[in-house]
Amino acid sequence: MKYDLIVLGSGPAGLAAAVAARGRGKTALVVGNRWQDSPLAKAEKIDNYLGLPGRTGYELLEEFQKHAEDAGIEFLTGRAISLMAWDGFTVTVGADMVQGGALVMAPGVVRQAKFPGEQEFLGRGVSYCATCDGMLYRGRDVVVAGRTNDAPEEARYLQSIGCNVTYTAPKKPDSLDADIPFVAAGKVEIRGDKTVSAVLLDGTEIPCACVFILRASLAPTDLLPALETENGYIRVDRAMKTNVEGVFACGDCTGAPLQVAKAVGEGHIAGLSACEYLDKQTK
Amino acid sequence: MALQHFTEESFDKAVKENGLLVVDFWAEWCGPCKMLGPVIEQLANDYDGKAVVGKVNVDDEPELAQRFGIMSIPTVIFFKDGKEVDKKIGVMPPQEFVKTIEANL
Repeated sequence: MKYDLIVLGSGPAGLAAAVAARGRGKTALVVGNRWQDSPLAKAEKIDNYLGLPGRTGYELLEEFQKHAEDAGIEFLTGRAISLMAWDGFTVTVGADMVQGGALVMAPGVVRQAKFPGEQEFLGRGVSYCATCDGMLYRGRDVVVAGRTNDAPEEARYLQSIGCNVTYTAPKKPDSLDADIPFVAAGKVEIRGDKTVSAVLLDGTEIPCACVFILRASLAPTDLLPALETENGYIRVDRAMKTNVEGVFACGDCTGAPLQVAKAVGEGHIAGLSACEYLDKQTK
Repeated sequence: MALQHFTEESFDKAVKENGLLVVDFWAEWCGPCKMLGPVIEQLANDYDGKAVVGKVNVDDEPELAQRFGIMSIPTVIFFKDGKEVDKKIGVMPPQEFVKTIEANL
């Protein structure tokens, strides 16, 4: 199915954009992680959101989510792993593929810094997608650098199809399978010649053919390299337009202040701008 | 000639021919591969008679995937007169492929 609007990011900015678009009769799909996993869900108290003082981040998100669901917005839980701007926008989320006429980017603050060797070996032993590339490493040693709550599940998947998995993270996740070896490490460095041959975990070398790097989300510029940024933030105008036609951005990914109120305001504008863009397309 | 679906045998035959051969290595379980599918189909139509465009399912033809060191899919490899001249890993819009095709026709 093709949606009018695809929103990448399930935080306040993304939901506000989707709600604004629904208000104009557009269909909207929000792609993102579970709202319970948002960093905002851990905020003890938010006192500067107008009209709703003293809420915890969790309470506020729960209300936002309910509002969005009641508005008829659809959700797809997961991580966008690739994006193509051709004949609208196509996004893949694991093995799912979704299409939209316009795109709103609202991923929050995404850590742009990569591990040493990550970019160099991308596609040659560095992968962001266990579902896509796991089968190519059956019977071989792979390392999962897990940085999300569902990464242990992906490690289990890789193990189940016959990869020899080692899992690394700064702290051992509770949900990690007991039969998957774990290495506690914060620093990851990828080594190899033409392809990956090993990974250094806090200086300890582990030979492997592939490193699966599983972060909460890919940087917007990894998904859409044409996107212009400024000091690490997506460059937008007052209508929340980016330099790529049909792509809008809002919330923390466009810069400070990193506040819910600002995210919601920007999200609303981005949603309306996307509607305006879609209406022009159909004329 | 429309889009080809290669087996090891038909690939080996096609790669021996002179001219440009474009091969998309893909699999059913790969979301980004599905996304690239229509792009490859369009290339096959647009370059009908000028280049041979085809697909290799890495599940069905693992030896071909291994021979060309496929480590991530989708991977598109360009062969000219039987020699590998370029390789593109990951999803990209048609213009990127068109550039390489035009440069090698």
